[in-house]
Amino acid sequence: MTDQPMKPRCEETYQEISVYLDGELTDEKRAKIKAHLDDCPPCVGAEHFEAELRKLISQKCRDEVPESLKLRIAEALRQAGSANA
Amino acid sequence: MADQADFAAQAMEHMSSLYSGALRMTRNPADAEDLVQETYLKAYRGFGGFQEGTNLKAWLYRILTNTFINSYRAKQRRPQESDLADVEDLYLYRRLGGLEAAAAGRSAEDELLDHVTDAEVKEALESLPDQFRVAVLLADVEGFSYKEIADILDVPIGTVMSRLHRGRKGLQKRLYEYAVERGLVSVEDTAVAATAEVVEHAG
Repeated sequence: MTDQPMKPRCEETYQEISVYLDGELTDEKRAKIKAHLDDCPPCVGAEHFEAELRKLISQKCRDEVPESLKLRIAEALRQAGSANA
Repeated sequence: MADQADFAAQAMEHMSSLYSGALRMTRNPADAEDLVQETYLKAYRGFGGFQEGTNLKAWLYRILTNTFINSYRAKQRRPQESDLADVEDLYLYRRLGGLEAAAAGRSAEDELLDHVTDAEVKEALESLPDQFRVAVLLADVEGFSYKEIADILDVPIGTVMSRLHRGRKGLQKRLYEYAVERGLVSVEDTAVAATAEVVEHAG
């Protein structure tokens, strides 16, 4: 057992899961979390949920730009451009 | 150095992302439109300072965020400051009983993900205090890296991480409250999950 790398406990995995999903952990920490996930189905469930929630937030926070705003900005930029010329 | 004549061709495609971000920041369409227009004008005038080949969307977001903080934030109604530090990690998943491995079939978390509406997610994000809201917006909606967010907000990466950490927890707390209000989950069901001690599954 002594030659096995220390695996983090579940609680440590919960704390790191967001940063893990962000792809911002160090290689060493990432490998530790990955090793834990490989044999802890409940933590994999948590990982999937957090990943799905992330996707949901990204998809649901989109708004269509009003046509009037597109026109307003195009006109403002045209005026700024001709003022420069 | 970027040429001003190329500005419109390169920058216009990011308007949808900037407008959505501006709506989350200002929480009203009139201010969001003004904020986006002001951002485009500032960006156009300063386009000579943009380094070609770097991330234009991040550069535009930096202008948007600074303009929001300097000009719009002062007049905003402030959301109630709640102590997000008390919210535990995986708040929503724990409340929904996701850690109880015995749960078979469709789980409460699947139900929630399927039924939560656009408006609820937007409201949950908008309920967060400014600095947490902006961090979550930049990371989870726009997909910027910690380094990019640090550059946009002009703060250290550690600050980005702590704002993101607390903001995400606050967002989950709000989503849980909506789910309870709408009856997507019942308080009775989740009380058990919430009070259950977390079992260590593996050593």
